Amino acid sequence: MTAPTLWRDLRQYTPARVALGRVGAGLPTAAHLAFQADHAAARDAVHAALDIAQLQTALSETKLTATAVRSACPDRPTYLRRPDLGRRLREEDRETLQPAPCKIAFVVCDGLSALAVQRHAAGLLALIVPALEPDGPIVIATQARVALGDDVGEALHASAVIVLIGERPGLSTPDSLGAYLTWAPHVGRTDADRNCLSNIRPEGMPVAEAARKLIWLATEMRARKLSGVGLKDEAPMLAATANSTSLGAP
Amino acid sequence: MYAHTLQGTRHTFPDLRTLLARATPARSGDQLAGIAAESATQRVAAQLALADLPLQTFLTETVVPYETDDVTRLIIDMHDPTAFAPIACMTVGAFRDHLLAIDDPAPLRSGLTPEMVAAVSKICRLQDLIAIAAKCKVTTAFRDTIGLPGRMSVRLQPNHPTDDPHGVAASTLDGLLLGAGDAVIGVNPATDSVQGTTSLLHMLSEIVERYAIPTQTCVLAHLTTTMRCLENGAPIDLFFQSIGGTQATNESFGVSMNLLKEAHDAARSLNRGTVGQNAMYFETGQGSALSANAHHGVDQQTIEARAYAVARAFSPLLVNSVVGFIGPEYLYDGKQIIRAGLEDHFCGKLLGLPMGVDVCYTNHAEADQDDMDTLLTLLGAAGVTFVMGVPGADDIMLSYQSTSFHDSLYVRETLGLKPAPEFEDWLGKMGLSGGATPDRIPAKLAPALAGLA
Repeated sequence: MTAPTLWRDLRQYTPARVALGRVGAGLPTAAHLAFQADHAAARDAVHAALDIAQLQTALSETKLTATAVRSACPDRPTYLRRPDLGRRLREEDRETLQPAPCKIAFVVCDGLSALAVQRHAAGLLALIVPALEPDGPIVIATQARVALGDDVGEALHASAVIVLIGERPGLSTPDSLGAYLTWAPHVGRTDADRNCLSNIRPEGMPVAEAARKLIWLATEMRARKLSGVGLKDEAPMLAATANSTSLGAP
Repeated sequence: MYAHTLQGTRHTFPDLRTLLARATPARSGDQLAGIAAESATQRVAAQLALADLPLQTFLTETVVPYETDDVTRLIIDMHDPTAFAPIACMTVGAFRDHLLAIDDPAPLRSGLTPEMVAAVSKICRLQDLIAIAAKCKVTTAFRDTIGLPGRMSVRLQPNHPTDDPHGVAASTLDGLLLGAGDAVIGVNPATDSVQGTTSLLHMLSEIVERYAIPTQTCVLAHLTTTMRCLENGAPIDLFFQSIGGTQATNESFGVSMNLLKEAHDAARSLNRGTVGQNAMYFETGQGSALSANAHHGVDQQTIEARAYAVARAFSPLLVNSVVGFIGPEYLYDGKQIIRAGLEDHFCGKLLGLPMGVDVCYTNHAEADQDDMDTLLTLLGAAGVTFVMGVPGADDIMLSYQSTSFHDSLYVRETLGLKPAPEFEDWLGKMGLSGGATPDRIPAKLAPALAGLA
């Protein structure tokens, strides 16, 4: 390859917004409005409500059923301001989760992108549930953060919980799904106790690849009866959440 | 016990930290911590009580215990009574008036504690925060001179999701072509490893050498990683670390005063600067202490100012408040981010720091580009030392929006600000001054020299 001589040639090296051109000191109209469109998509993803009925229908296509619960946050503005409430079940919903000791429970959380859950969660569950033969329920949780899975897992007396959650949208990534594994879930677990797969979406980590890694990780977790930094040490290609970049959420 | 009677109602505040918290302009982080004022009236009553408080109080009543917190010990032990003498008899309110009236607050610096400047900021409007900060001249130097009057520098931030050297080089070249990079060319590594950080350090160092740029480079890895890279002989200009305003916050970041001192000593012995030897780079941000459950019931803005006491003990080249990065549970919307950015810049400058601000937001905050334009313009008026430059304002590694190369050009052109003088000369030699930017990359900046071929 010959060295680039034109500014726009820099674009081949990075997905960053390089070589945008320049009008005076400002951005050309096209680049300015492309940014606004991407920000709008990210904002809409943050504020979109999860369509629970649609998700349940998608799950039923692979003979999966799910019950719906809510966090203690009544609405999205509260969710954004009060991470503590987003980690707790609404009291009346806790009572609906009867203790039924199980090996693995699944919790599908809207998180900061219902869009990610709507697009990728059912497909991912369709691949991992049959492989893991779990005996716990699938719970759909709204206005929910990752640690809500601990509350659910504790209420159910589950040995482990796998949380699928919509990640905070980036400017070009409104539909990125995250997956968190926690052994012996109970309220008070921290990110250091979990293992995480991030950036699950077609342009990032495709669903099939995420399923393969999740199945491997869940199998190891059950065999070794632990999750978090200890498990990461054995599987260097899989980052524990303690090492991932955290921006206030989850 | 502090109290003020406002409109017939007596408002009481049991201790200094409660008074400071209740007097703080509204923000979500203090509400999350349960320490914010419960009403608008209570907030103003606290501000009135705070205005009547003698500055001396801050030397006798600490907000975090001296015995158990090394940041408090640093603040108290480094206090200079001689510099404090001219304002020793003032209240917080009289101190605000004094700051607005005088021409140069610099002689007071070593007599000021973070809590004093945080307190006075709480009874300042935005225009006060801007007018007073604009009078504070802070100059530092390494390979160029940062913070001279009429200048505003830019950190070139060429992050890449996988630290791909071609990707980092392309963003770096894009920034140089748009006049950014005089504060530092600084990469946040995607992976905090010795090997990855070392290769990025070599790569950035080669770009600076081949283009002969009068600037410095930095890979913003954890300080312990940077120290290990140093053992391997990697070319390290600036030593970076995130710091906070309590000992427990710093412990949550995995740093101690001893580690910072060790790095500072190492930086000085390397002697890599040409026009100065300020070799530390610190980042801070309101909310980090609460996030680490290390806030001691103190409001996030006062804790943030305390982080500057840590910074100034190590003569940094650059200090940067990453104001909108942490998320809406600490700063909910554009209004809160704008106020916090100006407060942080004001407090840092009064304490004598080369203060920059990462004017930024995340997609779950109630903020947008208009808010960033507002804060950036106000900071330009306040004499901000440096801001960030990210391609198209979109950091594709950290997934947040900061200021773009274009944004810094806008501020420089609109407010008549120039880059650091050595860097300005270099831009001229490269044919990049005066705003004319060709589609064709100048031969002197041949991409091959940055490793792009």
